[in-house]
Amino acid sequence: MNQTWTLHPSEALLKVAERTAKRSSSTGRRRLVLIAGLAMLGVAIIAFVGAPLLVGVSPIKLDVLHPLAPPLTGGHLLGTDQFGRDILSRILYGGRIDLAIAFGATSVTLVFGTIVGLVAGYFGGWVDNLLMRIVDLFFAFPFLVLIIAIIAMLGPSIFNMFVAIWITSWVSYARIMRAQTVVAKKQQYVLAARALGYSRLRVMFRHILPNTASAVIIFSMVDAIGNIILAASLGFLGLGAQPPSPEWGTMISDGQNYILSSWWIATLPGLAIVFVGVAFSLIGDGLADILRPGDR
Amino acid sequence: MTADPLLSVRDLRTYLATRHGVVRAVDGVSFTVGEAEVVGVVGESGCGKTVTCRTIMGLMPSRGTYSSGEVVYHPRGSGNLLTLPQNQMQQLRGAHLAMIFQDPMTALNPVRTIGDQLVEAVTAHTAMRREQARERAIGLLVRVGIPAPEQRMRDYPFQFSGGMLQRALIAIALASEPRLLLADEPTTSLDVIIQDQILSLLLELQRDTGMSMILVSHDLAVITEVCDRIIVMYGGQVVEEGETETIIARPSHPYTRALLDALPAGAGAPSQGGERGQLRSIPGSPPSLIDAPPGCRFAPRCPLVTDDCRAWATELLDAGQAGHRVRCLRQDEARGLGAWQASDSA
Repeated sequence: MNQTWTLHPSEALLKVAERTAKRSSSTGRRRLVLIAGLAMLGVAIIAFVGAPLLVGVSPIKLDVLHPLAPPLTGGHLLGTDQFGRDILSRILYGGRIDLAIAFGATSVTLVFGTIVGLVAGYFGGWVDNLLMRIVDLFFAFPFLVLIIAIIAMLGPSIFNMFVAIWITSWVSYARIMRAQTVVAKKQQYVLAARALGYSRLRVMFRHILPNTASAVIIFSMVDAIGNIILAASLGFLGLGAQPPSPEWGTMISDGQNYILSSWWIATLPGLAIVFVGVAFSLIGDGLADILRPGDR
Repeated sequence: MTADPLLSVRDLRTYLATRHGVVRAVDGVSFTVGEAEVVGVVGESGCGKTVTCRTIMGLMPSRGTYSSGEVVYHPRGSGNLLTLPQNQMQQLRGAHLAMIFQDPMTALNPVRTIGDQLVEAVTAHTAMRREQARERAIGLLVRVGIPAPEQRMRDYPFQFSGGMLQRALIAIALASEPRLLLADEPTTSLDVIIQDQILSLLLELQRDTGMSMILVSHDLAVITEVCDRIIVMYGGQVVEEGETETIIARPSHPYTRALLDALPAGAGAPSQGGERGQLRSIPGSPPSLIDAPPGCRFAPRCPLVTDDCRAWATELLDAGQAGHRVRCLRQDEARGLGAWQASDSA
């Protein structure tokens, strides 16, 4: 039997289409990004919460016999800093503070800024003008300078750092949300919702918000990373977490003097920031796909 | 017009302040809609049909829109809807007056499921448990002829075709059993076969529920097929109104005549001018509503125009039969007008 196997054109087409369908299925690839991000964040959270179980050493315990120990020496997996404090322990305990900032600072500004932007964009007129001029006022100052000024007034502490971020960071959300709302409220579905006699609040929160929230939610993931870095910067400047409490920025700040001789002190907390940052940005990308059902 | 009036509109004016000047989008429109009556509003694009509907519903943007006149919804007494506070108007919308829109593709919220939006509409004006509301929502989908409603409830609008979306929108609009449905060009964006299905559905629902309906269209064929009474609008004004049969048999305004002649032969209109295969259009275009011509607004395009027409402070005149009124000085000549002579005024 000398038969050449050729596919009927319709079968060939079907095969190609099926392959594409498999690849682009909503449960597949696109969600993978989100799952990867959530998994990384999950690992980080478990490690930070379970820190006492994972490392037996307190983050502020001084091992005077082994200062500046390189990783894997002196019984310290990731080495020690100049006072002989365990780097791994400090990274894990410090993660608690940095994640608290990522969630605590970001969630408050996300919710508040979103509501302000929604109200300004939906009502327009003098409400919009008033709210957006207040927003402009905040944008008129360099961000970090404003935060430093507020912390300087309140005194340096982690809680005051939260307060400073709450006061200043909502404005970005308000601006994004306002722009999105102004576009969305001209859409026919908003008119249709009003024609059904829905209240303003219902139209705003049940009809406009679901269509515009994706932008601020995705931005909030970027902002969360920004807030971790901000906390690190403030720690670096001595305005955030106070020694000896472990915080990644403070650790990097401590390590800079030894960067040439003992690279691990500054580098490892830096990698921790990168790890959490990548997790957040993967979550942001994954959410961007899922929050827009029409694209699927 | 034997039925009791449900909605009366008297001397409705809606002016829009724009950068280019004041647009007199609706300029002295009066009509009534009886109980269980289907009224057709017909006219070219830009003659004030949609603005009329939105003004009645209180859906014009508050900035830059100025309305006067009277809209009375009789079941609610003699109050004027135009001066009703927002929150009271809001209770009326959806529950008593509902509206469906031209483009079903954009009239549903793209990020929420059909079922979610339907359940919301069901519970918006009546307190109901979730289970009950869901059942009623499925019932509504069945009623508007959507197959496999249980599954379709979970679909997003982009998974529906245009005709299905319009069906879903009708279901949503009817969720609170309104007394009056304003259908603003409900079939314009659909293809002809679906158009017919949607129109039959609307008529069937109207008969079953006994609601009244205002059907807005620029397609006279659609209007004549469905409506008890026709209102012809031109340049923000009513130029002719009367029973459907009367309008078709005795069009008394040159514009109505022209609209009837513009129908393709065999499109369901009994009046046909011209030989088969020839489409007739109306020369010229509707007047700018910013500086509308004084006198009759149709004068620039009218084959019967005289100097009197241009100077006339227009009003609706009796056209012989009950309820048949026309805004034309030369209605007798208009009735005698033969097939539209495109060459006369082109």
